[in-house]
Amino acid sequence: MDWHVYNSAVIIGVLIGFLTRLRLLEIDYRQYPTYPHGYLSHLALGMIASALGAVAVPALLKKDYTAVTFLALAAQQFRDVRNMERETLAKLDEMELVPRGASYIEGIAKVFESRNYLVIFSAFMTSLSVVLTKTWWVGAVVGGVLILGAGLLMSGQVIKDIANVYEGKLTFEGPNLYVDDIYLMNIGLEDNQKRILQHGIGLIIEPNSPAAVVTISNIGQRQAILHDVSAILGVYRDTGEPALVPIAKRDLNDGRLGLVLLPQEKNVGRAIQVVNFVPVLESAVRRPSQFSVRDTEGKRGQA
Amino acid sequence: MENKADTGKILAVITTKRDCVAGGAPIFVADTKEEFVRKTFVLEKILDGMAHEIDPDIMIIVRHS
Repeated sequence: MDWHVYNSAVIIGVLIGFLTRLRLLEIDYRQYPTYPHGYLSHLALGMIASALGAVAVPALLKKDYTAVTFLALAAQQFRDVRNMERETLAKLDEMELVPRGASYIEGIAKVFESRNYLVIFSAFMTSLSVVLTKTWWVGAVVGGVLILGAGLLMSGQVIKDIANVYEGKLTFEGPNLYVDDIYLMNIGLEDNQKRILQHGIGLIIEPNSPAAVVTISNIGQRQAILHDVSAILGVYRDTGEPALVPIAKRDLNDGRLGLVLLPQEKNVGRAIQVVNFVPVLESAVRRPSQFSVRDTEGKRGQA
Repeated sequence: MENKADTGKILAVITTKRDCVAGGAPIFVADTKEEFVRKTFVLEKILDGMAHEIDPDIMIIVRHS
């Protein structure tokens, strides 16, 4: 068999695609994916994705344009990845003491889907560069750059970028729990009040722009914050103890968010750090500042 | 969690003033303050709902999730 440049293009393309997937598949503090089988299924799908991307270039150059339809098939396949992730996480969420919430799950599922597209892209570009230059090592270099770039591309904003987190004081006025001046909830039993004061940490998240106010007020975003803190610092909580629930309420006047957290270990510095690095959910982001009054006036004039 | 239909409903009322409460939820009357607190505590655990103080003599148990 003659060694054709297409062969090396496909091999390097697949390899780079697979490495991209591997690079994007990190175990992180969010505790997902920590399941070995989850790993395997994502790596297998990553392999398929990179094969698709790598093979597309030779197929197109051979004027085999129907090969493009395979990419459409792939898109369908990866949409199923999103469904699979969503279903798994939603099921697991029912058994969490502090659930992730639907928005967070949706965000994770979307990330898993888009990672596969990124894999296709890097496999495609690598394969293309090998075919164009007819040298295999150019593909390796392009691939290396793409792998590094992919990591940057997939890391989004965190709470720290849009808000300022600091400690607030937990106080009771009668049965009402406050963190500084933000009302949180009504705790009837004195026993629970004592436990909250003893184990609870009060935090305030102060958004630093009007857009951040909207983002932080999103219920899914708040639940994500509570879940992440609980996942990392543990929870002082059990079933049948409904009063000991971490909660986030906003100050309606200025959009600050008041949090009471009940971690297993009471470490304020660590809790602040954790909240700082909670990802900003895509679904919670709004850009009210991009709404321009002049634009709407123009449109109204035309109508 | 297990029974979404009960979310946000008053599951029980505990009071030391019998005349102050009426209605659909089960009402538990306590004679002393200690009994009042004890009953609230027990009901909170059993019903898996939060105890909220309406006023010093009335507590309600509500399930929020």
